[in-house]
Amino acid sequence: MSMKYVDEYRDPDLARRIASEIGKLSADQPLKLMEVCGGHTHTIYKHGIEDVLPRNIDLIHGPGCPVCVLPMGRIDDAIAIARMDGVIFTTFGDMMRVPGSKGSLLDAKADGADVRFVYSPLDAYKLARQHPDRQVVFFAIGFETTAPSTAVTLLRAKAEGTRNFSVFCNHVTIIPAMKAILDSPDLRLDGFIGAGHVSMVIGMRPYNFVARQHHKPVVIAGFEPLDIMQSIYMIVKQLHEGRAEVENQYSRVVRPEGNVKALEAMARTMELRPFFEWRGLGFITHSALKLRPEFADWDAELRYEVPGLRVADPKACQCGEVLKGVIKPWECKVFGTACTPETPIGTCMVSPEGACAAYYSYGRFSMASERSRLNILPMTNVKS
Amino acid sequence: MMDTPDHAGRIDDVLKKIERTRQARRHKFYLRDEKITLSHGSGGKATHNLIEGVFAPAFSNPLLDAMDDAATFSINGTAQRLAFTTDTYVVSPLFFPGGDIGKLAIHGTINDLAMAGAEPLYLSAGFILEEGFPIADLRRIVASMAAAANEAGVSIVTGDTKVVQRGKADGLFINTAGVGVLRATWPLGQTQLQPGDKVLLSGPIGDHGIAIMLAREALDIETDVESDTAPLHSLVAALFAAVGEAVHCLKDPTRGGVATALNEMALGSEVSVALDEHAIPVHAEVRGACEILGLDPLTIANEGKLLAIVAPDKAEIALEAMRAHPLGHEARIIGAVQAEPAGMVFLRTDIGGMRVLDMLVGDPLPRIC
Repeated sequence: MSMKYVDEYRDPDLARRIASEIGKLSADQPLKLMEVCGGHTHTIYKHGIEDVLPRNIDLIHGPGCPVCVLPMGRIDDAIAIARMDGVIFTTFGDMMRVPGSKGSLLDAKADGADVRFVYSPLDAYKLARQHPDRQVVFFAIGFETTAPSTAVTLLRAKAEGTRNFSVFCNHVTIIPAMKAILDSPDLRLDGFIGAGHVSMVIGMRPYNFVARQHHKPVVIAGFEPLDIMQSIYMIVKQLHEGRAEVENQYSRVVRPEGNVKALEAMARTMELRPFFEWRGLGFITHSALKLRPEFADWDAELRYEVPGLRVADPKACQCGEVLKGVIKPWECKVFGTACTPETPIGTCMVSPEGACAAYYSYGRFSMASERSRLNILPMTNVKS
Repeated sequence: MMDTPDHAGRIDDVLKKIERTRQARRHKFYLRDEKITLSHGSGGKATHNLIEGVFAPAFSNPLLDAMDDAATFSINGTAQRLAFTTDTYVVSPLFFPGGDIGKLAIHGTINDLAMAGAEPLYLSAGFILEEGFPIADLRRIVASMAAAANEAGVSIVTGDTKVVQRGKADGLFINTAGVGVLRATWPLGQTQLQPGDKVLLSGPIGDHGIAIMLAREALDIETDVESDTAPLHSLVAALFAAVGEAVHCLKDPTRGGVATALNEMALGSEVSVALDEHAIPVHAEVRGACEILGLDPLTIANEGKLLAIVAPDKAEIALEAMRAHPLGHEARIIGAVQAEPAGMVFLRTDIGGMRVLDMLVGDPLPRIC
């Protein structure tokens, strides 16, 4: 893989020009735009985009961080599987520190459970081939972005007859969550920044209801700072012209029809659950995937006895309101005090894509500068 | 919306609350964990909590309490001040592009002495070997240590060997301790930062951490990234020769990277550090790998880079001195120290925004050194 870096998507002069265009088009009218995807939230904070945007643009951080929306009970189930004899439990790195009701996977690992972090389900599958005497379980999480690689791995496991591999499936789908947010009476949004990687798989069509039924613009965006700036410009332009359409800013990656092969692999291996609990959003119908009956042999939920209990979030935690965009992370009662990245109470504080963690790590300064309370010296005399 | 007095007042309250918590935590570390997790070895906040929660109170004495890379002292009232340090190496894999565990064990301890302002003289070497470890690999590692020590002009003067049963150690672990003669006759360390000081960085960051990660994980990312492991004492000597006591603090940003090192300084000196992201050199391949893997180069480990905090009027001279040295020819001034808000590090981002740069919390890359 060759890796050329993309500085052209981070040009500060261009960023300022786009910001001023956004300001002109929106005519200082307050606008609430939701970025659905946690990857976007991360980019926004990492690059200080809110600092560059006109003040009337209010970005609301949506439910698109897969770690954040996983309910505590599912984490307890994962830990229960990880603690079983002979199991190698594999997971993406950022799930390791997410607290269940009694500790995290990292704690279970310190306690003797064989928990390993992997970068893809195929890595987990390779582990299964290397350790035929052990049961390897993959903790599958994520939206349509990660579901295809889980699907491909399952197809391979079935084709190769690998019996010591299974998947604890927690894949969720983005559209029902957007529906739930649009139907929620708490919030008035003016438009959506559509998730880039998810759209690469599902394409543009599934968003049509947002434009047609709810009359809100959707612009699918890439993950560089200027991608996000440009998508905001495109949303503001639609609003200015009185349009509500699904547009594609990320056309260098996203095709209108999506990735047909990826969708096929998902359809062959997974089906919709009747309903699934989302942390903070509650139960949403047809919003998550489970393995199809043909893949029962590779389904960790069927293979292992798990508690399967619903665990209420800690009372103080307001992750749900944050995920719906009803409150800003800093408006949560425990933000930055009881709940910090080292001592997270809610999931939003754990993953770097979580709105609270991003806000805590990167965004505190925006709050500060907003108030001009902390007198930061300008960066003069810095010679390069 | 944003400007109503009520809203502004609430932001003020929240900011104050957060800062109060941060201040309280600075002096009181909460070690809530009941067992050691890998986070405690990350070099970030969890490591700090462990040290402050277990070791520091038990061993407390004036030399240790300074919490610098090395302890400095003189013996029986002699004029000569010495520096003393130790470090243990558990990196996996043992051999990686640009180096191996042996080379790292020599360089790391030399650098701890150098950052204290000392010229390294003597090292010890302790080995924990796992039953079944190939002697040929041990020979390779020991030869690499000898070469590294030789090159740096230090001698390994004492040592120890232990063997543990198969499965009780991952091949081999190495501990080295080092003694050096203090060359800095002025106060040097993370409590010495002053508003106005410049932050100098000796070269591109993130090479070591990324090289280890790519060597360890079969990520199918092909790059030529090599560990930057190098002994920094001669670069420090050049810096001292050029500007002497204008150097207020030296730190090699190892585990936790530049972000963690600067946060430690900001906390230690009760000052703020502001960085310019544009000025921070990162090799294109390291930046690319970080993008793909979702990592921040500022939190990735280095083994051959240093951060120097230098008085503003001498910063240009210091920069020239670093650039004239082979290990500092890509040195840059990356930021400045300011008085407020104390204990925090800020980054002017590439697109012109501002953000807080925090310490690394949990480590995605255990056992990098």
